[in-house]
Amino acid sequence: MTVSRSRRFSSRTARERRTKILGHLALILLSAVFMMPLVWAVTTSLKSLDQVFAIPPQWIPHPAEWGNYIRLFEVAPFARFFLNSLVLVLFNVLGQVLAVSLVAFGFSRLRFPGRNVLFILMLSTLMLPYYVTLIPTFVLFNFFGWIDTYLPLIVPAFTGSSFLIFLVRQYMMTLPLQLDDAARIDGCNNLQLYWHVILPLSAPALTVVVVFTVVDVWNDFFGPLIYLSDTQNYTLSLGLVLLQGQRETDWPLLMAATVISIIPLLILYFFAQKQLIGGIASVGIKG
Amino acid sequence: MARAAASNLETSAPKTKLSGRARREAIEGYLFIAPWLVGFVAFTGGPFVASFFMSFTDWNILSTPSWVGFDNYIDIFSEDPIFWTSVRVTALYTLFALPLKLVAGLGLSLLLNMKLRGIGIYRTIFYLPAVISGVAVSMMWMWIFSKDYGLLNAALGPLGIDPVGWLQDPRYTLGALIFMSLWTVGASTIIFLAGLQNIPNELYEAATIDGAGAVTKFRRVTLPMLSPTIFFLLVIGVIDSFQTFTQAYVITGGGPMRATYFYMLHLYNEAFGQLHMGYGAALAWILASVILVFTALIFKSSPLWVYYEGQREAR
Repeated sequence: MTVSRSRRFSSRTARERRTKILGHLALILLSAVFMMPLVWAVTTSLKSLDQVFAIPPQWIPHPAEWGNYIRLFEVAPFARFFLNSLVLVLFNVLGQVLAVSLVAFGFSRLRFPGRNVLFILMLSTLMLPYYVTLIPTFVLFNFFGWIDTYLPLIVPAFTGSSFLIFLVRQYMMTLPLQLDDAARIDGCNNLQLYWHVILPLSAPALTVVVVFTVVDVWNDFFGPLIYLSDTQNYTLSLGLVLLQGQRETDWPLLMAATVISIIPLLILYFFAQKQLIGGIASVGIKG
Repeated sequence: MARAAASNLETSAPKTKLSGRARREAIEGYLFIAPWLVGFVAFTGGPFVASFFMSFTDWNILSTPSWVGFDNYIDIFSEDPIFWTSVRVTALYTLFALPLKLVAGLGLSLLLNMKLRGIGIYRTIFYLPAVISGVAVSMMWMWIFSKDYGLLNAALGPLGIDPVGWLQDPRYTLGALIFMSLWTVGASTIIFLAGLQNIPNELYEAATIDGAGAVTKFRRVTLPMLSPTIFFLLVIGVIDSFQTFTQAYVITGGGPMRATYFYMLHLYNEAFGQLHMGYGAALAWILASVILVFTALIFKSSPLWVYYEGQREAR
């Protein structure tokens, strides 16, 4: 009896091990496939034109053509584009963090008539597709004379994204109300309570706000496309399209530009992977 | 509003002193949410109403708008063949890309839910493409799809397949974009993974005791427990897919022969290319209505196939 049981046991562990090995194999294979476009972009960016058109394709260019990355900054104001994107990101992050935390504080810590109705109204705007409001918003900014400035791409951030407000409000709801009482006994008014107590404690949620905003603004194409026209004002995504139109087959140059434009995101991903993945997962749980 | 505040407080505490404090709290409350209120009026609610009225006008932004009643809508449906092309392209893309993405995301999340060493590294790799969305991704894939020197044709060559004009041949372009969309499956994978990790282990243990094999467990435990996640991803996916723009604009420009002329490209060209603001607004409202109908259908169908844990006790 003991023999058969141990045999059954060992056959089960053997099967488990087989499953694990198969799992690893599948994942390694798929990882290779998923990384391929990225690796291919990086190697292409280090090739000369001759090497690009070599058949079969070379995975490791020899010699590596680092000059593409210098050429890039000579043929187009790429440093300028990079800086423009950075400026937009900085102002958007500032605006979102400030507005989102203030509004979330109001919705989670203060009582006022109509609070629930307004909160539900805010949630319902999440369902509203952006293209419905797109044209009148464009007309409005045109009326203000803001076309071809950064204002249409920055000012809305200072009113806070409904989705991010919701996220942070949910987080603030988990902070105990005794904190507020204690702070008020110590003589804090609401602004001080917000600034000295709730804001620092909400840092984890606000990190998610920062990370989401950076990714969104850095990748944004439609906004810059309709609002910016002077090349000097272009962001990286517009710059990439511009370059692509001018040098259609200069793939090393185009890939160098692509790599440069995603490096900040790769760095962000490296440091804030937890916030990004956690944020995405929380979106799913909400549903 | 002040009256409402006062009546709210009648039930809670002595009137005179507290109502003053409560009123101050209410005023401060409005001040704290003021940024959102302003944004709502200026960038959401206001434009929402305005766009509805604009869709009944003929307006090129420079002149004064003229009221044309339902003309825009009538033109769109009866005299705009490109509209129907864009509807067909968008519908086809959604029909194939969305189910593929859901199945791939589910499969991948099952793999990533295994208890393996280094599983975190795998997760990092699969989610990465979802972070670098936008133009950069489009550029990378343009190069992969390149007919003569692209990676895809280089990989297919040894299999005896002649170079395919992925971006030149209208038969393949939409397929190429669908294929490319699978690369960013990581986002839905992460959401599936969160769903998987919420399934209590007891359910699997009970199924094992009942003699269920892996396939039965997947069909009878995993799928029903994941149905709210699938529901969520389906709704989000339809909305997302209907507004596909960047890939088409950057990679194909809607071509060749309008094979990838997505709805949003049509809207963009009408509104910002031709400055047909009223016409564009009408296109936006049609798209919004279609999405609303689809979302409503998915919601309506949900009692048939979505299982909510909370309802188990209620039944």
